[in-house]
Amino acid sequence: MLGMLGKRMVLVIPNLIGVVIVTFLLTRALPGDPAAYFAGPAADKQAVEQIRVKLGLDKPLIVQFGRYVVDLAHGDLGNSLSTGQPVVKEIRNRLPASAELTLFGLILSIVIAVPLGILGAVRQGTWIDHTCRVVATAGVSLPVFFTGLLLAYVFYYLLGWSPSPLGRLDAFTSAPTQITGFYLIDSLATGKFEVFRSALSQLLLPGITLAIFSLAPITRMTRASMLAVLASDFVRTARASGLDTRTVIITYAFRNAMLPVITTLGMVFSFLLGANVLVEKVFAWPGIGSYAVEALITSDFAPVQGFVLTMAILYVALNLLIDILYGVIDPRVRLEG
Amino acid sequence: MSENVSAMPKAAAAPAPASNSIFNHARYVVAENPVTGLAFGLFILIALCALIGPYVVPHDPLASDTTATLHAPSLKHWFGTDQLGRDIFSRVIVATRLDFIIAITSVLLVFAMGGLAGIASGYFGGWTDRIVGRISDTIMAFPLFVLAMGIVAALGNTVTNIVIATAIINFPLYVRVARAEANVRREAGFVMAARLSGNGEFRILLGHILPNIMPIMMVQISLTMGYAILNAAGLSFIGLGVRPPTPEWGIMVAEGAANIISGEWWIALFPGAALMLAVFTFNLLGDGLRDLVDPQRRT
Repeated sequence: MLGMLGKRMVLVIPNLIGVVIVTFLLTRALPGDPAAYFAGPAADKQAVEQIRVKLGLDKPLIVQFGRYVVDLAHGDLGNSLSTGQPVVKEIRNRLPASAELTLFGLILSIVIAVPLGILGAVRQGTWIDHTCRVVATAGVSLPVFFTGLLLAYVFYYLLGWSPSPLGRLDAFTSAPTQITGFYLIDSLATGKFEVFRSALSQLLLPGITLAIFSLAPITRMTRASMLAVLASDFVRTARASGLDTRTVIITYAFRNAMLPVITTLGMVFSFLLGANVLVEKVFAWPGIGSYAVEALITSDFAPVQGFVLTMAILYVALNLLIDILYGVIDPRVRLEG
Repeated sequence: MSENVSAMPKAAAAPAPASNSIFNHARYVVAENPVTGLAFGLFILIALCALIGPYVVPHDPLASDTTATLHAPSLKHWFGTDQLGRDIFSRVIVATRLDFIIAITSVLLVFAMGGLAGIASGYFGGWTDRIVGRISDTIMAFPLFVLAMGIVAALGNTVTNIVIATAIINFPLYVRVARAEANVRREAGFVMAARLSGNGEFRILLGHILPNIMPIMMVQISLTMGYAILNAAGLSFIGLGVRPPTPEWGIMVAEGAANIISGEWWIALFPGAALMLAVFTFNLLGDGLRDLVDPQRRT
């Protein structure tokens, strides 16, 4: 197990190096002169020259890259032009909001998609199966920002069930004491049920939006993998031995069918982290996605770069986690490692 | 692969029955799965909107009319009007062309880059394969939409850069398919024959392998068209690329977003629905094409 872990860790390194190189190149690809860009529109020639030296832009590219890596190692992502605040601080403050939303959406999606996929496979060809297929195709076709707006219209404007779809808490509730940064957990831990209720009702619509979006790949994969497993010899043997359907489907088939589904989670995360940006924009969610979008509009590049880098590192880490999980669940992978 | 080779002279001798059988097969697939037929119909409708839409719409998509702002859908304005009194129906139809062009050019661009890189990497193996593989791995290390945001932010906020960014994030998908297909064909009989008759490696690659994997690549193109449209619309929704007042579905949804919680649903709904329909069409069409070309991969 440890050997596998070490081997997998080594495989992560080239990916991380690639990510750092790409984000570095993205800043250097900025249109025009980066020094003039960072100096701002009002700067004269001398000021631009000063900035150039200060940023090390007069040095060769490879030296600049070295400096960039050293800054990164110190956790320095530069300062935002518009607020002057360090990007790292802002991202650290906003990350829990994004993480809470993404995880909530993912869990919601798994809770719906996995049973739906199993039903689709077990009752293959029936109306349940067809529903499953329509849901899967419709889910990938729905633009996530559009689903979010539709949900806000129906549940806030028409039905009035949901609070105003802006932010993490309604205007009258203050944030719980920070422990994990997840409002749902923090409010429960400090015993503030009113805050919990408020946070949950704000989280519900954006969470459902993300869940609808990620429903499709998980349902599709669960169904396909259940179908393959149900047709296999060991399931036939289990059936022939007279085990009841429940045991066969849950203990025998489901546990084996879950392996490919876990592998697709990597792809699902890629979609989710991207969709997260759009959902945050729709629901004015104070996460790192909306931070990056605000910065994009004011052409403030340091936060965007910090955001892209953070997301990529998170994504690499998540993929690593999925691989480890896979090894824990499937002993065969452990043996190979 | 051997039956492929032996089938070729026959097909060359009698081209008419071959195309007829493809036609029959297509008819069979459409009959078997009427949804594919529907998707094809929708595709023609969308293509028509893109081609002649701007010439037949009832109103000027850019003309604002301060006396008719925020009107609900009516006989005069089928989809209602927006904050500036512009006719949403005309804007939705006119936007088809821009969204269509963005999707098609980005898909063709990635086909040229990823398809060729993939074939070369599958055919040559070795260093070519390693370099191409590393590039795709690096792209895949990012959440794709986030990478597209970063690219557009860095290269500059234009429609061209949206096309480039969309092409780059699809690169690994094309490489993977083209590489696998080229790899199984590198030792095939027809490739050997071409090599023995003195064709250079690049000639074999482009003249013999590429035409053979075209059907599968076409499926890939159709499947990624929907994703390309979604991606471009998502980027313009957050304010990248297309600028107002240009009619484009993503930006129109963004313009209507603020009004939706005060009840003016039509501003965002119609462009959003058009976007959804277009993506849905391409996804269904891609599935249908896959059934036609490669029945084994049917899900």
